[in-house]
Amino acid sequence: MPLTTQETIRAILTDVLGLSVDQVAAMDDHTELFGALPELDSMAVAGLLTEMEDRLGIIIDDDDVDGDMFATLGSLVAFAHTKVSG
Amino acid sequence: MTLPTYLTYDFGGQSEFCLCFGERHAARTIIIIPPVFDEMNRTRRMLVEVMRALAGRGVCSLLPDLPGFNESLADISKQTVSTWRRALEEALVQLNPTHIVSLRGGTLIDDVADMPILRLAPVKGASLLKTMLRSRLVADKEAGINSTIDSLMASAKFGFLELSGYNLSNEMLLSLQDAAPSTSYQFQEIALADIDGTPLWLRAEPQDDARMSAAFADKLDVWSSTCAK
Repeated sequence: MPLTTQETIRAILTDVLGLSVDQVAAMDDHTELFGALPELDSMAVAGLLTEMEDRLGIIIDDDDVDGDMFATLGSLVAFAHTKVSG
Repeated sequence: MTLPTYLTYDFGGQSEFCLCFGERHAARTIIIIPPVFDEMNRTRRMLVEVMRALAGRGVCSLLPDLPGFNESLADISKQTVSTWRRALEEALVQLNPTHIVSLRGGTLIDDVADMPILRLAPVKGASLLKTMLRSRLVADKEAGINSTIDSLMASAKFGFLELSGYNLSNEMLLSLQDAAPSTSYQFQEIALADIDGTPLWLRAEPQDDARMSAAFADKLDVWSSTCAK
């Protein structure tokens, strides 16, 4: 069964940031990401964006990217949803 | 502990370094085409542990430097995907492997010989390029420079573009943009899940993963013994 957008985003956070599966599983929509996770620095954002494009089959315009998008898990998944549904 | 030997192969008037583990005249010699750019550094430790484990099973393995990476003295700004492929062809002729394993950017040039090929996590050149361009955009932004992907790409036409510490020519950028893993030879692909692995090449810092190295070596031992040259 294909992963949902939410599951894909969680898998990308595990893979790119090297977070443990348990840590990512314990996150909810309100969990803060950018500024709260030391692993998520501005350079890691570049890797996250490319993985999101590859795994979700979307194209992300770099002009769309701002800090708010990575504020929480919920905001990141919401952004991905708008791209996936097109 | 199994110790490596240090081989070289000649390409473009230079000697390129090639790490080797195991008996040189073993029935099976696997050449590992490493990832490119930073991903090579992030996976090297894991790959070397795979090679050490293979040597313990009587399988020889080779890990060549592609021109411009690791110990290579070749100028990265004079390379393209095609020069990497030509270097690899030379390495094959001079070092006589029986099997090819390629990872990530290494899968872009693994179509060099009609021998068994196993791929892990193939990637398009365009994806590698885009991640590096994005990192550069972030770095520029933090330095107060306004750049765009288009302006960065255009700047390479008048010299080279520095991405992740590598000076890349316009020819290199174009060759990366167009490069994709070839299907001209038969190959097998394994998934990270098959070797209990995590994508170490995506991490910000080089790490290793002993469990992944052991499982990868197991997989390569079985695969290489079931598909002879």
